[in-house]
Amino acid sequence: MELIRLLFRNVLRHKLRGMLTIVGVGVAVMAFALLQTVVSAWYAGVEASAANRLITRHAVSFVFPLPLAYRDRIAQVPGVNKVTFASWFSGVYIDKNQFFARLAVDSDTFFDVYSEFLVPPEQFEVFKRERNATIIGSDIAERYNLKLGDIMPLEGDVFPGQWEFVVRGIYQPRDQTTDPTTMMFHYKYLEERVRQEMPQRSGEIGWYIVRIDDPENSAAISQEIDSLFANSRAETKTETERAFQQSFLSAASAIITAMNIMSFVIIGIILLVVGNTMIMSARERTHEFAVLKALGFRGSQLFFLIAGESILLALFGSALGLAVTFPAVAGFETALPKGWFPVFYIRPETVAIGCAAGLAVGALAALIPLRRVLTTRIVDGLRHVG
Amino acid sequence: MAAPFIQVQDLYKSYQRESLEIPVLRNINLEIAEGAFVAFMGPSGSGKTTLLNLIAGIDKPTSGKILIAGTDVTELSETELAVWRSRNVGFIFQFYNLIPVLTALENVELPLILTPLAKKARRDHAEMALAVVGLAERMHHYPRQLSGGQEQRVAIARAIATDPAIPVADEPTGDLDKASAEEVLELMDRLNRELNKTILMVTHDPRAAERARAVRQLDKGELA
Repeated sequence: MELIRLLFRNVLRHKLRGMLTIVGVGVAVMAFALLQTVVSAWYAGVEASAANRLITRHAVSFVFPLPLAYRDRIAQVPGVNKVTFASWFSGVYIDKNQFFARLAVDSDTFFDVYSEFLVPPEQFEVFKRERNATIIGSDIAERYNLKLGDIMPLEGDVFPGQWEFVVRGIYQPRDQTTDPTTMMFHYKYLEERVRQEMPQRSGEIGWYIVRIDDPENSAAISQEIDSLFANSRAETKTETERAFQQSFLSAASAIITAMNIMSFVIIGIILLVVGNTMIMSARERTHEFAVLKALGFRGSQLFFLIAGESILLALFGSALGLAVTFPAVAGFETALPKGWFPVFYIRPETVAIGCAAGLAVGALAALIPLRRVLTTRIVDGLRHVG
Repeated sequence: MAAPFIQVQDLYKSYQRESLEIPVLRNINLEIAEGAFVAFMGPSGSGKTTLLNLIAGIDKPTSGKILIAGTDVTELSETELAVWRSRNVGFIFQFYNLIPVLTALENVELPLILTPLAKKARRDHAEMALAVVGLAERMHHYPRQLSGGQEQRVAIARAIATDPAIPVADEPTGDLDKASAEEVLELMDRLNRELNKTILMVTHDPRAAERARAVRQLDKGELA
């Protein structure tokens, strides 16, 4: 017999209590992972930001347009590698609950700057040739069962009227951090109708995306771009893409912070659950530990038994929690309105933190019972009636 | 003439209860030869279990020396004492103190984990110890599946599995019926006679004391 056998027998000694502890830890780990996944989903845009991309928008607000004429002047700024632009189209597809980003983009340059949208070259060629063509994300295609050649009718709101697009491309996200739910079409198609129907809005775009040579120079280049349009009718604000994405989160920052704090409070709850079990368990076995000490078992061996039991309970619970997290996250995503979180997945870091938390909680929860066992004199332990 | 196997010199033990010092053992001087079978008797609170615990190295005296085979166990650190106990002392308790989640065989094998023996050798030793106490056929039974007498015999097997020089027994028959007590005492007698073990036993039971080669009486913390 090895000591590890006694360790496993001890874990299973009180089956109901052990199972309840494991389930308790599992539920807590699942809640932790779910909250962390939601927090990550909020930050998905920030995480997906490229260090070499700047966003130039209207200085007053993102909702105000900028003149298309700025493009060439921005492109002249030293350190700028490429300039593209996009406009927020919005619109209604099927009904108002079907949310995903719909952008009018400069199709000549946009996909060069956003290389994370992987469009098959042959599809891209067809897209470029057709005025009302659109490229949609793979999730959009899957969600609405759209295929190449299908028509997507949209009712405009920011740009009123009935709009029709033909799906000519379906892009795949480069990795899990890339939004697979964006619809992009030719700015020229939008501009054509705007010129006819809303001429006062002609020649306007939403924002510029500026690719720069060296991310180290982002502050200087931003300043340089904004100085070009100082005191103009449409002053600009240029910032890194990360800062731009983060500005969208500012309204929800209190909620996100609360969720973040809650997720770590849950780790504390796990500690109490396992700690309580271990204290009860060690107290009940005070007599047994005294016998082991009398037989010659040393502190390190008792540490192995107590900490091992605690860590095993916490790890079993963490494994259970992480195992149920995957279906729980999938269920949570299904329950949310479509497109609420374009990027929603369990990050490897969340799994790693869940496992590490289990290990740490197991070790920490063993400290009090371990101290009690090690400091109890053998003769007192033998007299103990548990 | 060879030195006594166990020498207890000017042993004093007291407990502190808040500011009050309560003496338990006073002025104990004792010599026990190797291969002796000594029973300590006396009324409750006379200090006989405390004396046994001190000699067995599971408690420390307030002052005095305990020399066993030339080693002053009072000078050993906790870790050294643990190693010393694992090599030299076998414990037989009144309430057997077997680990309930381990089988008889695993309980007997438990102290052997502390030895350098390989897994197979440990198992052989444990099986042999169980055979000595007549429980070979019950080796896979859990303590709850054994009678009190059988549990105590498993405890004796555990006490002798590592071949310690000094098996110590604290009221080994105190929780047993007459027949089981006889079996256990017979076993201890054989350990002493056939294997030349130095057995120290605390008992209230005069029939148990009759089995010992020598009986030492304690009263109010002193040897009579």
